[in-house]
Amino acid sequence: MNLLKVWTAIGMLVVASSTGDILLSAAMKRIGDLDAIRTEHGFLAVIRRVASNRLFLIALGCLIFSFFCLLTALSWGDASLVAPASASLTFICSAVMAKFILHENVDRRRWLAAALVCIGVALLAKSN
Amino acid sequence: MKWKKIFIYAAIACCNGTGDVMLKRGMDDLGQIQMGNWTHIFSAFLNPWIILGIACLTGFFYSYLTALSWADLTFVLPATAMGYVVTAVWSQYFLHEHISMWRWSGVLLITCGVGLVARGPSRTEHPEKIVELEGTKAKAAEIQHELA
Repeated sequence: MNLLKVWTAIGMLVVASSTGDILLSAAMKRIGDLDAIRTEHGFLAVIRRVASNRLFLIALGCLIFSFFCLLTALSWGDASLVAPASASLTFICSAVMAKFILHENVDRRRWLAAALVCIGVALLAKSN
Repeated sequence: MKWKKIFIYAAIACCNGTGDVMLKRGMDDLGQIQMGNWTHIFSAFLNPWIILGIACLTGFFYSYLTALSWADLTFVLPATAMGYVVTAVWSQYFLHEHISMWRWSGVLLITCGVGLVARGPSRTEHPEKIVELEGTKAKAAEIQHELA
């Protein structure tokens, strides 16, 4: 029962945070290079531009929701299970969404890396 | 450019990993959240470990946004995975959770994956968009010429 609760929280966390990541990436590409904006117009301009972007605000909503799921999941399970399990699932989910929604060039090198990271994360979650 | 990549990868990984461990430490103080009194979760914001964790994660978020502004999501994501390596190290030395050989081999695989992506290109170029843009520019110039 406790395990079911943990995995439900992890599932909600994964969907919310991948959606947030995709929206965030799209928003930041529209805003442009933050380093360049900071050196040209200062730090406050960076905050102003980012905070006034609607796509960013929606992404933030998704990420805040996923943060509450994370807090809840952490209170029910070990950090060394919850963090890697949600990470590996979010990782695959985001890579697939990045390929099909953002049309990123996810080449063989990146898929291989994604697979390595996922297996690595699964091993992290393995208890003795 | 190379140092910029390495620096942003390190910032994302350290802040992310440390932040998660601080949150876990804080939630240990708080005890389990029950469905009956879920509002109990808001008292988390008074715990110093949680506050420290949130500070770390704010630093993570800023570096993450910066990275996303000039790199692909699939390039930046492995850096966040590197954070779980940091989490594993902190879990052993700070939370005193036992890290087995399996877990250390997981750490090794993640590190390999991250190294693989970090050595590749950081951003997808869309050649068709550039062609499209050039076409539009040419058309605009043509119209301007006709008007003149």
